[in-house]
Amino acid sequence: MAEAIQKNKYVDPRPPVIGPGHDFGSITRKVGDIVTMRGFKKGWIFGFAIVFMGSVMMFNTIAYLVLKGVGIWGNNIPVGWAFDIINFVWWIGIGHAGTLISAILLLLRQSWRNSINRFAEAMTLFAVACAGMFPALHTGRPWMDYYLFPLPNTMGMWPNFRSPLMWDVFAVTTYMTVSALFWFMGLIPDFATMRDTAKKKWQKITFAALAMGWRGDARHWHRYETAYLLLAGLSTPLVLSVHTIVSFDFSTGIIPGWHATIFPPYFVAGAVYAGFAMVLTLAIPVRKYYHLEDFITMRHIRNCCKVMLATGLIVAYGYMMEAFMAWYSGNTYELFMMKNRMFGPYGFMYWLLILCNVVVPWTLWVKKLRDNLKWIFVVCMFINVGMWLERFVIIVMSLNRDFNPAAWRMYYPTIFDFTMFFGTVGFFLTLMFLFIRFVPMIPIFELKTLLPQGKVDEKKVEELEHGKGPVGQSPLPQFGD
Amino acid sequence: MSHRDHHHDIAPIREEIRKGKGREFWRSLEELADTEKFREFLHREFPAVNPSEADPAWLDPVGRRNFLKLMSASLAFAGLTACTNQPKEYLVPYVKTPDGLIPGKAQFYATAMTMNGVASGLLVESHEGRPTKIEGNPDHPASRGGTTVYEQASVLNLYDPDRSQTALNLGDPRTWGEFLNELSRALDQQRQKQGAGLRILTETSTSPTFADQMNKLKAEFPQSKWHTYEPATRDGARVGSQTVFGQPVNTVYQFDKADVVLSLDADFLTNGPGSVRYARDFMGRRRLTDGASEMNRLYVAESTLTTTGAKADERLPIRASEVEAFARAVAAKVGVSGMSSALSGEAEKFAEAVAKDLKAHSGKSIVIAGEHQTAQVHALAHAINGALNNVGQTLYYTDPIEINPVDQIASISELVGELNAGKVELLVIVGANPVYNAPVFSGQTFLDAMKKAPMRVHLGMFNDETAVHCQWHIAESHYLESWSDARAFDGTVSIIQPLIQPLYNSKSPHELIAAMMNQGGKNSHDIVRDYWRTQPQFSGNFDQAWRQALHDGFIANTALPAKQVSPGLGGLSSLKSVTPGKYEIVFRLDPNVHDGRFANNSWLQETPKPINKITWDNFAIISSNTANALGLAPNEEPHRANAKMIRLVNEGRELEMPAWVQPGHPDNSITVYLGYGRERAGATGNGLGFNSYTIRTANTPFIATEKVELSAGEGKYQLAATQEHFSLDTSGIEVNAFITDDKDLTERHIVRTERFEQYKQELEEIKKDPRHSLNMHHGAHKPGKDLTIYPNWSYDKAKASDGREVDLHAWGMAIDMNACIGCNACVVACASENNIAMVGKEMVIRGRTMLWLRIDTYFRGGTANPQVYFQPMMCQHCEAAPCEVVCPVNATVHDAEGLNVQVYNRCVGTRYCSNNCPYKVRRFNYLLYGDWDTPSLKLGRNPDVTVRSRGVMEKCTFCVQRIMNAKIEAQKQDRKVLDGEVMTACQSACPTEAIIFGDTNDANSRVVKLKKEPRNYEVLADLNTRPRTSYLGVISNPNAELSGAHEGQKSGEKHG
Repeated sequence: MAEAIQKNKYVDPRPPVIGPGHDFGSITRKVGDIVTMRGFKKGWIFGFAIVFMGSVMMFNTIAYLVLKGVGIWGNNIPVGWAFDIINFVWWIGIGHAGTLISAILLLLRQSWRNSINRFAEAMTLFAVACAGMFPALHTGRPWMDYYLFPLPNTMGMWPNFRSPLMWDVFAVTTYMTVSALFWFMGLIPDFATMRDTAKKKWQKITFAALAMGWRGDARHWHRYETAYLLLAGLSTPLVLSVHTIVSFDFSTGIIPGWHATIFPPYFVAGAVYAGFAMVLTLAIPVRKYYHLEDFITMRHIRNCCKVMLATGLIVAYGYMMEAFMAWYSGNTYELFMMKNRMFGPYGFMYWLLILCNVVVPWTLWVKKLRDNLKWIFVVCMFINVGMWLERFVIIVMSLNRDFNPAAWRMYYPTIFDFTMFFGTVGFFLTLMFLFIRFVPMIPIFELKTLLPQGKVDEKKVEELEHGKGPVGQSPLPQFGD
Repeated sequence: MSHRDHHHDIAPIREEIRKGKGREFWRSLEELADTEKFREFLHREFPAVNPSEADPAWLDPVGRRNFLKLMSASLAFAGLTACTNQPKEYLVPYVKTPDGLIPGKAQFYATAMTMNGVASGLLVESHEGRPTKIEGNPDHPASRGGTTVYEQASVLNLYDPDRSQTALNLGDPRTWGEFLNELSRALDQQRQKQGAGLRILTETSTSPTFADQMNKLKAEFPQSKWHTYEPATRDGARVGSQTVFGQPVNTVYQFDKADVVLSLDADFLTNGPGSVRYARDFMGRRRLTDGASEMNRLYVAESTLTTTGAKADERLPIRASEVEAFARAVAAKVGVSGMSSALSGEAEKFAEAVAKDLKAHSGKSIVIAGEHQTAQVHALAHAINGALNNVGQTLYYTDPIEINPVDQIASISELVGELNAGKVELLVIVGANPVYNAPVFSGQTFLDAMKKAPMRVHLGMFNDETAVHCQWHIAESHYLESWSDARAFDGTVSIIQPLIQPLYNSKSPHELIAAMMNQGGKNSHDIVRDYWRTQPQFSGNFDQAWRQALHDGFIANTALPAKQVSPGLGGLSSLKSVTPGKYEIVFRLDPNVHDGRFANNSWLQETPKPINKITWDNFAIISSNTANALGLAPNEEPHRANAKMIRLVNEGRELEMPAWVQPGHPDNSITVYLGYGRERAGATGNGLGFNSYTIRTANTPFIATEKVELSAGEGKYQLAATQEHFSLDTSGIEVNAFITDDKDLTERHIVRTERFEQYKQELEEIKKDPRHSLNMHHGAHKPGKDLTIYPNWSYDKAKASDGREVDLHAWGMAIDMNACIGCNACVVACASENNIAMVGKEMVIRGRTMLWLRIDTYFRGGTANPQVYFQPMMCQHCEAAPCEVVCPVNATVHDAEGLNVQVYNRCVGTRYCSNNCPYKVRRFNYLLYGDWDTPSLKLGRNPDVTVRSRGVMEKCTFCVQRIMNAKIEAQKQDRKVLDGEVMTACQSACPTEAIIFGDTNDANSRVVKLKKEPRNYEVLADLNTRPRTSYLGVISNPNAELSGAHEGQKSGEKHG
């Protein structure tokens, strides 16, 4: 019987998602020590200093921006949106991978997600924070932004619910809230672990507070699992809706290059594409620096590459369809828009986009290159740039030459466009640095479920339930050791 | 404080004034302000003002507190005058008669403004005593309601913070009294030698009062001399008529009677005396509305592509120095004796066709020569008009309107000669700025010569280049501050009446001349009135006649009578001809800053110049071929404004300026605008552009050919253009390969054109079968009204709060592109009416101009001689407005009358509305562009319109404040708003009535009639935005004989 089972049992030919030789204790130590270690690693301090300067640059730009007005950027008429909205969409896109990995892959029972999900969720959160800054600050009078919320007021004024910007407000704030909840909830068991393993008193107190009284009780686990699943279910449509709605910012407009039905799927795919590229951009160096090769294995990286290949295909299809529909529609404006994209004054941006988002990433079809970490990192950087260019192509190159030729005009960024953009990159990385150092970046408890000892032997459970097995032995992994 | 108390307190002061000072009161404000009694009074009235500390600091021009002090003191003085028992003066008649002055309600006063001395009648809008907006006087023959950019912008000059505010001696503030002391000393010396050392330099003037004063001055100083100069001198016209008729005459054209017009380098639609009237008359003959089926034809042979050339049915780009030969050829062909044609090629063909057409329309044609053309050309034009029997039919001659019709270049040259000879002891410069704008006299600048006069007095509105080199500078009053008079193009006299007391211690030219005759206390009001009291037009009841003249804005029956003169071409050979050289430089007045006098006027600086749409700069205009030959080929289209420098040399004098390649410019000819490169124009105008006066010599004031050299200069220069330049078809400007792709631009159907012949045929077809439409609409698509998910609002009726049904309005606009001459008057009018902020050159380069109204310019045909189309573009007030849907905060919404309104208070500035606007007519305050600080500018703002702050979107409102005023007025009288009662600012400024606004609910309104014209179309109608503004397509009337040669260019069907 056992043999038969053995015969019929599907044996996963892929390498395991966790390195060999680990037990519960080693995982806790490996991940937890990064947080509870004394002092700081020199590399961390060096890196942090650089990215923190980026944050400072961002805050200074914001101060100047609020004092002087959005005119410090290069936006003009007709190009009312430029770096501001490009960056917004870029960051929001990056923010997609986290929730996708956490929620959708959870629902799809992709256990390999477990070692990278926390990391990706944090990335999401920080990226959305960066993204949210742009629509809030790109308005002419940011102190009046509260007009965008449906707040009761004496004038009885409501926001305009027909406007996609209005939908954006709801979509992004909801996404931000749910992502934050999801992230924090996933952290609770780990905070408990940290509380239990921390040596210093202040660490114990802090982690105790953050763990919210988690004791690893079966009932806790039961409720945790249910709530986590529910949140995952809630997040899943959000992953699709946020970028769909962000794409409505454009597709409900009448500007050629914006007014396209393909936008929602194309944007969502692009977002996942960008998100995974960013996950890898961050994971590859962190994995090496903290020696986490056992937890973030080549299998993870290969899987990410495959997701990128899939979504990259959708994105490339989107580019193709834009060109095709411009021709197929026979619409003068659409046709001109496409020609302007390809051969207009910004034409090189379009071809650079094709290079970054289609040509270079497709090298990952080659298996050998999917194993080459350095190349993958390079490809991810290309995608990061490419996705930014995509938004430039869509936003600036549609606006700068639309219907009325007399109103056509070039757009050129100013120094403040760059300080704001790179400032948010700095701010994002600052938050990432803090996260890596002060929060367990890999979910310890979920990693443990990947260990053989973490697997529930269903036969044993059956025996237990029927009172045949030894009593008192929990089928669940023990925490805190 | 009640009026009675006030009266009581002021009594002793009034007594004092009456007793001792009388008229001298205004001369010695300080003196009065110093008396104990006044100080006490002022202190009681305005406790905040402490006069004792105010005195010295008043002269500081910038201090806000000081300004306020000055204003409050002025206010107090105004009160003083009101309380004294001076005879009642009806200074300000009402055009509309309101029931007394109602605060918050604008009043209109008739006055006039002069350009180059020639008057144009105006109605000036005044809010609580502050003039804010200039309108044309519909009754005035030179205006007929229209205005030019200069008149529209002149109100800003009044409030210019950089204006001269007081008399200066060597830069130090002085009183008028101190000046009079010194002046009388100098004049006493002159009196002894009959004024042999006295020279007066003025600009062109047509003021009868001034003429009278100058005559009296001459009587007092018989040896003195009066010189006249300004850069816009019409010497060619004066010398030309002198040669032909033996006397200087003024030509008055009647374009409403002309079927065929030939312009010899004349930009008569936007330049020169009477241009506003001429434009209206001319366009009246090609309006093609209300069933009109006749159209005039305009031939233009010109050197620079002007707005007149842009409206030509047949245009010949020809070098300015060759216009004379062309005129000679036309003269020969129409039968002027003693002429022969020496033309060849296209010019010959053109001349042939023109002459044929002119002869066919003998007595119904006009040949007009350009202001800056030579005397020869003017003489020839007179001869041709004579030969065609046009004199007395379409034009007539009168006595000159100028009071000193001299050859001004000769006049100032003579002055320079006498200055050099040391004959000039006292030089009085009235209004002119010769140090900046005089030509170069054989290597010598005017400044070098001027310094040889021991005493120099300058009267001017600005402490300018001339003022700084004169011992005395007297601040000149603005025309809205002082009395004067002037003649219009046909001689009609207008009284220039002020609307406001002088803001500063300024004087008018009349007051200065009076002071030279020991009448230093006499104000301009009395001077002008006293002169007219003696005139026959005012015999009888003077006061009533005077009031009538002020009310009407002109003195009835003062137009000069037609004069019988007989031409003789005998003297023609004595005139100097311009010999065409390898290259030529044509000096032209700038379409915006004119000769430089408006350099400090930001409205004019920022208004895009016609055709090339460049702001804040001047440049050398060259043809594409010449540019290539000199290695100055421009950059590709979006980067064209980054212009290469060209080096110009004339008589050894050098200037480098940016080269601008303009289609339609003749080869080897360079047009240079004057009026830039000012050093002391004021904070706005200083250092802009390049001073082309430095290469303009007295020998070659307008056209330089002989000693001209051109070469590529060094480096590049960023010009601020508001429009990239695109042509409508393949044969256009060869820029980006793909832009000129056959159909890209024509398929948008933004500009629709047709030829007159074809139009007439199609009109017949439409009459037979109304389903037909004009060929110009062919291929354009207009979706059905119901093709929208939003409801179609009805604008017919509405329920009032009391349950009554009330009629609603549905405002709309129709713009006749055929009539638009691209003169920009509407653009400046819009800025003036709506408090639009100016943003400066840097911001224009960044694409952030705030003007709500722009004149889009499109070219069709090759670079050599394209067709030009002007399309005024502002908010179209779409019925299905793309901007409204996307605003997240409901800041832009539709109102019950169909207006697309922008709520500034609600706007947070997401800019989505602008992005989604297919016309790109919305303007965003990227920074704090509105000037919230300069006190003087605050006075000039329209109080009915918000001054926008940063971060909000703005756009054309269809002048909603004017709509509201009219509606309130109608409601008060319990009637509907009448058609034509609401005039938008652009509409009322338009010289050619190209813009018509009205209620589309009113079936009889003008706008509805225009919208029913077969030429009517909506721009980008295929987007289903359903704009409230529609356009009437352009109909051109080319000569069939000539158009064969231009076939490809005209129809736009040429390939390759």
